[in-house]
Amino acid sequence: MFNIERPHLNYRIITELIEQGSNVLDLGCGNGELLYKLKKEKNVSGRGVDIEERMIMECISKGISVFQGNLDEGLKDYATDSYDYVILNQTLQVTHKPVLVLKEMLRVGRKAIISFPNFGQIKLRFQLLLKGRMPVTKGLPYQWYNTPNIHLCTRKDFVVLCRENDIRILREIDTNKSRRINSFMANLRASEVIFILEKSVRK
Amino acid sequence: MEKGKVIDSKDFSKALPGKNSVDKAEAAKQIPVNSAGTAASDDSVGIVVPHDYEFAHPPGEMVLESGRKLGPVNIRYETYGELNREKTNAVLILHALSGDAHAAGFHSQDDKSPGWWDAMIGPGKAFDTSRYFVICSNVIGGCQGSTGPASINPASGKPYGLLFPVVTVYDMVRAQYELVANHLKLPSLHAVAGGSMGGMQALAWSVQYPDYVRSALILASTARITAQGIAFDAVGRNAIISDPRWKNGNYYDGEIPARGLSVARMVGHITYLSDLSMGMKFGRKLQTRQKYGYDFTDEFEVESYLQHQGDKFVERFDANSYLYITKAMDYFDLGEKYGSLPQAFGIAKAKYLVVSFSSDWLYPPYQSKEMVFAMMKSGRDVSYIEINAPYGHDSFLLETVRQKKIIESFLESIDV
Repeated sequence: MFNIERPHLNYRIITELIEQGSNVLDLGCGNGELLYKLKKEKNVSGRGVDIEERMIMECISKGISVFQGNLDEGLKDYATDSYDYVILNQTLQVTHKPVLVLKEMLRVGRKAIISFPNFGQIKLRFQLLLKGRMPVTKGLPYQWYNTPNIHLCTRKDFVVLCRENDIRILREIDTNKSRRINSFMANLRASEVIFILEKSVRK
Repeated sequence: MEKGKVIDSKDFSKALPGKNSVDKAEAAKQIPVNSAGTAASDDSVGIVVPHDYEFAHPPGEMVLESGRKLGPVNIRYETYGELNREKTNAVLILHALSGDAHAAGFHSQDDKSPGWWDAMIGPGKAFDTSRYFVICSNVIGGCQGSTGPASINPASGKPYGLLFPVVTVYDMVRAQYELVANHLKLPSLHAVAGGSMGGMQALAWSVQYPDYVRSALILASTARITAQGIAFDAVGRNAIISDPRWKNGNYYDGEIPARGLSVARMVGHITYLSDLSMGMKFGRKLQTRQKYGYDFTDEFEVESYLQHQGDKFVERFDANSYLYITKAMDYFDLGEKYGSLPQAFGIAKAKYLVVSFSSDWLYPPYQSKEMVFAMMKSGRDVSYIEINAPYGHDSFLLETVRQKKIIESFLESIDV
C-alpha cells in the first residue's frame, strides 16, 4: 500500500527491535515476508492477518500461520495481552478506523510497533505549497482519486494522537530515502517513521 | 457432495461472476477441471481396488455414542500412493454426505468417471500421491460398502432398516480409527482432511485422537450446522419418510422410496449451489420449449437439472442411509460435546487449516471464523482463508487450483 524503495529496511529495523522468541501478531502482514524473517532470525512465534486472499495464499506457502480478516472489524476475538508485539507496518493509513485499530493493538499486545509515511515531510509540503497539487512521491505514488491511503497523517499528528489517548512512545526511528536518520526535525525530514508504543497506564 | 461429478467446464465458465474481484484471466484459470483424464493419465492414480475390513465381531461389538451396540462392522476403503518406511506420510480423506471410499482413480479401464475428489488426489495434485499415502473410507451408516442400514442384520438375517442404531460423526471417526490404527497399523496420521461433513470428521479426529493427528484440514465445514442447515436436512428426511414406499424403512424386498429420496436430493442440491451460480448456469432458460407451456412439466432448465440430479442419486444411494447420515450431521456439535469450542480445541494438538468459500451459505464463512477464533483462543496453530468462489458449498469440490496451492504448502509445513 505504501510503496517504499527498499521495504527491507523496514523489515530489518523491526527485526532488530524485537527480542528473541517473542510472540508476534502482524496486522496487514501482506505476503508474510516480515514474519518469515522474524521466524528465521528471531525465532518468534507469530501469525499474520491480512484481508487479501492472494496474500493469505502467499503466507501459507511460506509456512506462516495467517488469518484472513478485516482490521476495521477490530480485534475483538483476540484476548487481551495475548501477544508481546502487535505490528502494523505501513498499514495504518489504509484503515477506516485508525484509532480503534491502534487501541486494539495495545489491548491485544503488550507493545505495538507501527510504521507509516510522514505526510509532514518537507518535500510533500512543497508540492502542495508551490504546485498547489496533492503531493505524489515515490513513497506515496497515488493520485488523490485512486489512493488506498485514506488516513494520512504527519509524524506530529501521530504524536498528538498518542498523547490524547494515553499511549506512550517508547522509541522512534525515522527514515528517509531508505536510510535511517536522526530525529532532529523529524517531522520535516523523515519520509517514514516507526514507533514502539505501549499503554501509559499498565493494568 | 457428489461422487464422480463430471463438470461441464463450458457451463461453469458462464457461471463466473463478472463483477467479482476475481478478474477474467484469473477466472479462466479457475474453471473447474474435474475428471480430466483417464486411468492412464500421468496425474491419475490409475485403476484402484476397494478393500474391506471387518471388526467388532460379537461379543466385542462397537459401543456407539448412543450407548447402543453395533457389530460386526465392515469398513470399505481405498488407498492411493505408498506408505513410506517410517510410516509418517499417511493422509486420511473424509467424505461428505453422499461421498464414498472411492475418492480417486478408476475401478476399471472403461469406468467413465473417476472417484469423487480425483481432481485433488493423484500424482502432483493437492494430495500428492507420489508423496503421501492417501486413505479414504466409507462412513458407517453409509451405503457404499461400509456397514449401514441396508446391511444384513446378523440377528435377523435381513437388512437392518430402522433397527440400525443411530450413528454420530464421533462413531464414524472411531470406526476409521479402527481401520487406520488397528488394521493398517499406522502409528500416526500426517493429516486428516475433508469438506462439509468430511470437515466435521476431521475436527472430531483432531479432538478424539489428539496424539494421533498432526494436522487437520477443514474445508467448507463447521463445528456445528446452523438451524438453516438442519431445516434443509429435515425437509429431505420428510420427503423420504412421506414416500409411501418407504414403509418405515422396510423397503429392501420391494420398491424403493425413489420419489422421496429424489426430492431430498433436489433440496440438498439447491443448498450446494448459489444464487449466482444457478443464475449464470440456468437463468430462466427453458429446457426445450420456446414459449411457456402453461402446465406442470419440468420446463425450466433448472427444474430438469434438479430432476436429473435426483434421478441419478436414487440409482446409487440408499434412502435410509440418507436419514442416518443427515441426522449425524445435525447432531454434530463439537462445542456442546466438550463443554465449549475452546475447551474442545484445548484437547487437540493438530495444526489446522480452515478454508471457507465466500458464496457458501450452507456452511457460511462466519462459522468457520468462529471456529478459527476458538482454535486461536486455545493456542492452536491455525491458518484461515476465505476463497472467493461463486459455486456455493460445492466450491470445495470445484475450486481446485487455489485449493491445491494452499493444501500442498500447508501439508509441507507440517513437521513430521
